[in-house]
Amino acid sequence: MAPIIQIKNLRKSFGDRVLYEDLTIDLVPGETLVVMGGSGSGKSTLLRILMGHLTYDGGNVLVHTHELSQFSRRELNAWRLSVGVLFQTGALFNSMTLRENLALPVREHTDLPEELIDIMIKIYLQLVGLRDSIDRMPSELSGGMKKRGGLARALMMQPRILFYDEPTAGLDPVSSAQVAQLILDLKEKMNVTSVVITHDMKAAFAVADRLALLAERRFHMVGRPEEFRTTTDPLVRQFVDGLLDGPLSAKADQKAYEADLLKRETL
Amino acid sequence: MRQTIEMIGDFGILLKDSVAAVGPALFSGRGRRLSWRNLWLQMNRIGVDSLPIVTLVMACIGAILAMQMAPELARFGLVPVTADIVALATFREMGPLVSAVVLTGFGGSAIAAEIGTMVVGEEIEALEAHAIDPIRFLVVPRLVASVIMMVCLTVVGDLAAIVGAMVVGALFLHLNPVQFYEHAVQLLTVGDFVTGLIKAAVFGLEISIIACFLGLQVRGGAMGVGINTSRTVVMTIVALILTDLFFTTVFFYLGF
Ligand SMILES: Nc1ncnc2c1ncn2[C@@H]1O[C@H](COP(=O)(O)OP(=O)(O)OP(=O)(O)O)[C@@H](O)[C@H]1O
Ligand SMILES: [Mg+2]
Repeated sequence: MAPIIQIKNLRKSFGDRVLYEDLTIDLVPGETLVVMGGSGSGKSTLLRILMGHLTYDGGNVLVHTHELSQFSRRELNAWRLSVGVLFQTGALFNSMTLRENLALPVREHTDLPEELIDIMIKIYLQLVGLRDSIDRMPSELSGGMKKRGGLARALMMQPRILFYDEPTAGLDPVSSAQVAQLILDLKEKMNVTSVVITHDMKAAFAVADRLALLAERRFHMVGRPEEFRTTTDPLVRQFVDGLLDGPLSAKADQKAYEADLLKRETL
Repeated sequence: MRQTIEMIGDFGILLKDSVAAVGPALFSGRGRRLSWRNLWLQMNRIGVDSLPIVTLVMACIGAILAMQMAPELARFGLVPVTADIVALATFREMGPLVSAVVLTGFGGSAIAAEIGTMVVGEEIEALEAHAIDPIRFLVVPRLVASVIMMVCLTVVGDLAAIVGAMVVGALFLHLNPVQFYEHAVQLLTVGDFVTGLIKAAVFGLEISIIACFLGLQVRGGAMGVGINTSRTVVMTIVALILTDLFFTTVFFYLGF
């Protein structure tokens, strides 16, 4: 089947900070692709590019074989509507209750009656374990609850594609396992295609069909979970096993650090 | 310099898009009820706080103007003309301007801070991710609310100023309110009232667009919100005075 998204030789920098030099990956229908990478390696930025919030400097991002940067406003909106996004912080609308947050996209894009919307809201809140908090404001929710609320909102339009930005970060082990199970259920029962960004190795291996490790401005390795478990690549091993020593920590240049400290001291 | 030009360009785009979005947002089918509700909410939020302050300030300004004018006019035996002058100055100038400054303080800064906080909390991106246009959803209701409330505030402010001046007239100038009223009404033309209200509407547009623009421009967390909120107040007041000058010049030459 034709890939939903094809990323080819993608380049992106912020000012003179180069984030990606050469990013290449496909997202095929029905799969769950897990993207891993250190903090600041540009995982959230990748989602922003895929949603059309950020432009890119080079290479191609093909959505259903069309270049994303060439999308008209209408095409972009159609693409955005087909995707559900869980933002890293949940991104609930702070001026609305949880109920209104979930209702908003449905009210904006459909003519469904209010009673039906209300039922949908309760179903999705139950799914993420927040039905008791339906009339609370986001400021009255914990970080993990906000994230689960954001997930429920992302599901309201029944998207066929889901982007999760660290869905389990900040959740307790039980909620975390529940969210991982939810990701699996959505894939199996609704056949959704997902991109999951996570640092949580347990969740990553639980949900992934394929894993991709973003390091040193490109996808250092893309492969199936078994390949990641068995590879001897030192960088992958360090990241997956959470080791203190390895290529990722050697990068921090000791000389530059000393020079930096001393320069500051003499000022 | 380049940044400034870019910023002015972006501002122009926002202004154009927002004004163009007003009609469809209010009158197209879907999301209509939401827009109306949202509009009502914004009108309350922006305008209601400003109302008592505008009333108080304008009543005082009316009284001050009357007391400033009367001694001068008394030398020519023209004390009743105080009413004319106060009414004219209020309707054409003080009413719209003072209401706009108060609304900037209450509404403008609140809009900038609210939208800025939404930017910081990824809420704007979340709106866009749901294919909801932030201009239609956030800017348009605030723009319309701000224009409507500016016109209302100005009318209330105008009346408050007249009442303030009437009280001074009755207490200190031996002008009874009926006399005062007759004088003021005799001189005022519909044009005086209307030019004031046109100004008010344009001020309302300015206040909301500058606030929305600077709110959407927020970068860098809570500090960015603070910076752009105070910048909103300063820039709006400068813009108000410049527009006022422009309008007065135009009306002057057209002989309104
Ligand atoms: N709008 C922006 N302007 C400038 N720099 C940015 C911008 N957005 C992100 N960055 C920079 O790009 C880098 C990657 O950011 P991003 O949020 O994608 O990281 P991440 O991989 O999601 O990290 P984390 O795991 O901590 O969420 C960071 O160094 C960040 O400072
Ligand atoms: Mg991130």
